[in-house]
Amino acid sequence: MAKTIRPTEPLAVDHSHVAEIAAEEAGTQDFEVALVSLNQWQLAWRRYRRHRLAVIGSGFLLAMIAVAIFGTILWPYNPNDIPGVTTPGGDPPTLNPIENLFGTDFGGRSVLQMVIVGARISVAVGLFTMLIATTIGVTIGALAGYAGGRLDGALMRFVDLMLAIPFLFVILVAARFFGGGDPVTLIVIFGLLFWAGLSRLVRALYLSLREAEFVEAAKAVGVSDMRITFRHILPNALGPIVVSATLIMAGAIVTEAFVSFLNFGIRATDVSWGNALSNSKGYLLQGNWWWPFFPGMALALTVIAVNFIGDGLRDALDPRSKE
Amino acid sequence: MTPLITATAAPLATPDLPPPADVLLDVRDLRTYFHVMDGTVRAVDGVSYSIKRGQTLGIVGESGCGKSVTALTIMRLLDIPPAEIASGSVWFKGRNLLCLPEDQMRRVRGNEISMIFQEPMTSLNPVYTVGDQITEGVVLHKKLSKKAGLEKAIESLRLVGINNPERRVKQYPHELSGGMRQRVMIAMALACDPDLIIADEPTTALDVTIQAQILELIRKVQDETGAALMLITHDLGVVAETVQDVIVMYAGRVVESGTVDEVLLAPKHPYTKGLLESIPSKGKRGQRLNVIKGTVANPFNLPAGCNFAPRCPYAFGPCSTHDPQIEAASPPDVACWLYTRAPGGPPPPRLRPHLAPLAGEPS
Repeated sequence: MAKTIRPTEPLAVDHSHVAEIAAEEAGTQDFEVALVSLNQWQLAWRRYRRHRLAVIGSGFLLAMIAVAIFGTILWPYNPNDIPGVTTPGGDPPTLNPIENLFGTDFGGRSVLQMVIVGARISVAVGLFTMLIATTIGVTIGALAGYAGGRLDGALMRFVDLMLAIPFLFVILVAARFFGGGDPVTLIVIFGLLFWAGLSRLVRALYLSLREAEFVEAAKAVGVSDMRITFRHILPNALGPIVVSATLIMAGAIVTEAFVSFLNFGIRATDVSWGNALSNSKGYLLQGNWWWPFFPGMALALTVIAVNFIGDGLRDALDPRSKE
Repeated sequence: MTPLITATAAPLATPDLPPPADVLLDVRDLRTYFHVMDGTVRAVDGVSYSIKRGQTLGIVGESGCGKSVTALTIMRLLDIPPAEIASGSVWFKGRNLLCLPEDQMRRVRGNEISMIFQEPMTSLNPVYTVGDQITEGVVLHKKLSKKAGLEKAIESLRLVGINNPERRVKQYPHELSGGMRQRVMIAMALACDPDLIIADEPTTALDVTIQAQILELIRKVQDETGAALMLITHDLGVVAETVQDVIVMYAGRVVESGTVDEVLLAPKHPYTKGLLESIPSKGKRGQRLNVIKGTVANPFNLPAGCNFAPRCPYAFGPCSTHDPQIEAASPPDVACWLYTRAPGGPPPPRLRPHLAPLAGEPS
């Protein structure tokens, strides 16, 4: 007798198989039941899809990443191409030509193009800072939390030190001293500074997870400590880590714009959203609102999108939120 | 309070040489202490026993008597510190496990000695499928490919009586019931064909109908694979049905040992008697159930003399001053002054009728 149960959307899969197993354990009959088996990521994806703002946010962020990657390929940008202007400080938005939809700056360059070119730096700084900071933070937090004892003490004092450093000061000095406005340097500096909070979170997760019985069971099977740390415990700690990583990404995007606005970040000849804001500040009083408005909106919407994603992931990955 | 003879001064019963080849596991004078804030807990304090190849041994005792710590010490799974293995040796297949370097010990764990844990609900990693988890040990120890490992996983799931193992290997632990998960744990323990399986209260977390099935299964696979079995439990009924030999532990020490028939049908030590009398049975209908008075000895402040003396209805003169474990003659199949030449003379006549007669002793 073949019977197919497909859990529909609101049916929690954890319960749909109970009858089948009870029957199997009783050993009375052996009927076939095909069951859609969902792992924790599939369950999380189902919860994530219901978080509307997070879905919109991920759509926006994916679009922004696409713009960053393909924008300058489809519409090449030449920094020396300065068409000149009709009005001092730039022209207001116009539909004709469509390139000036967001208006132009003092050199007659399209603000729309600035936004597209600037997306490259913001998205790259956000993503790569997140990667570097998360890698360092997870490694240090995992080692400290799993090993405990002296290694934990030493690593956590180092983290205390990192958190005691006045970030802004270090970023400004380091960006000027090492970088000369290179985005890669900026990413490395951010990555080396942003991991400390995450490492504390990871340590706390490991402190509780290392006592879990499946860890002891893995040890009893002869699994090495390294493998237990990263293969057995890490996937169980991934939810909070992913959420925290998105917050690091949002923070890095804002910090880049902010540092560039102060002219300590990306060099003035490169285009980033922060630079555009910085360049426009002298023309605001003339009523040239479009020049800071569109890069600023791009920045704000991207950060909000990332925060929404973090929000949605927190709800989706929290095993207690079962609805 | 000065102990007459300190624990460390006790001579080893046997010189520290490997046991004969038919003895698979030989634990000698094992002492595991925990150094914690309030002092030192002697969780295991001079325990000796051995298991021959293919044989079964039960370890019985109340909570906190050191039975699980014994197993964890053999597997070297305790965190050191706070734990300390103060003395003793664990001979397994001609090697002293306590002296093995960690990387060789890892090759013993799960491969030659495997363990079944008490809590099947939490002993499986929730993010991996059942198949992944059984396969891991096989791939690690038997150097099989992932695919061959999965075949082996399916085979061991079939051995533990799981229907349709090809589908079960792809399922996650949360999709299985408690009994199924314990079957999976047993399959994991079997997958590498170990010489010794340590089952630490394997049925405690299961409901009674499943308990019987799991015990039956453990007995069956033990029989089929020829592995030796060490069954740790507080349930005398479980012991009676499953094992050949049994040791009874109290406050970190072995108080009585012997075959199941000897220990359960003719218990000698007052503690063993107390345990057996506290089991409800049909014959005792309408009577008040006997219990052992008091609670397990405070591990920070063990009594002088016999650890069980304060709770023992048979205690007499030497029990509160002299430790039968240390001073009684070997072999100590029962550590009690009632059965040996006690310092200060034999027990008073009012205690004699309770004793099982000893061979070679006028009763």
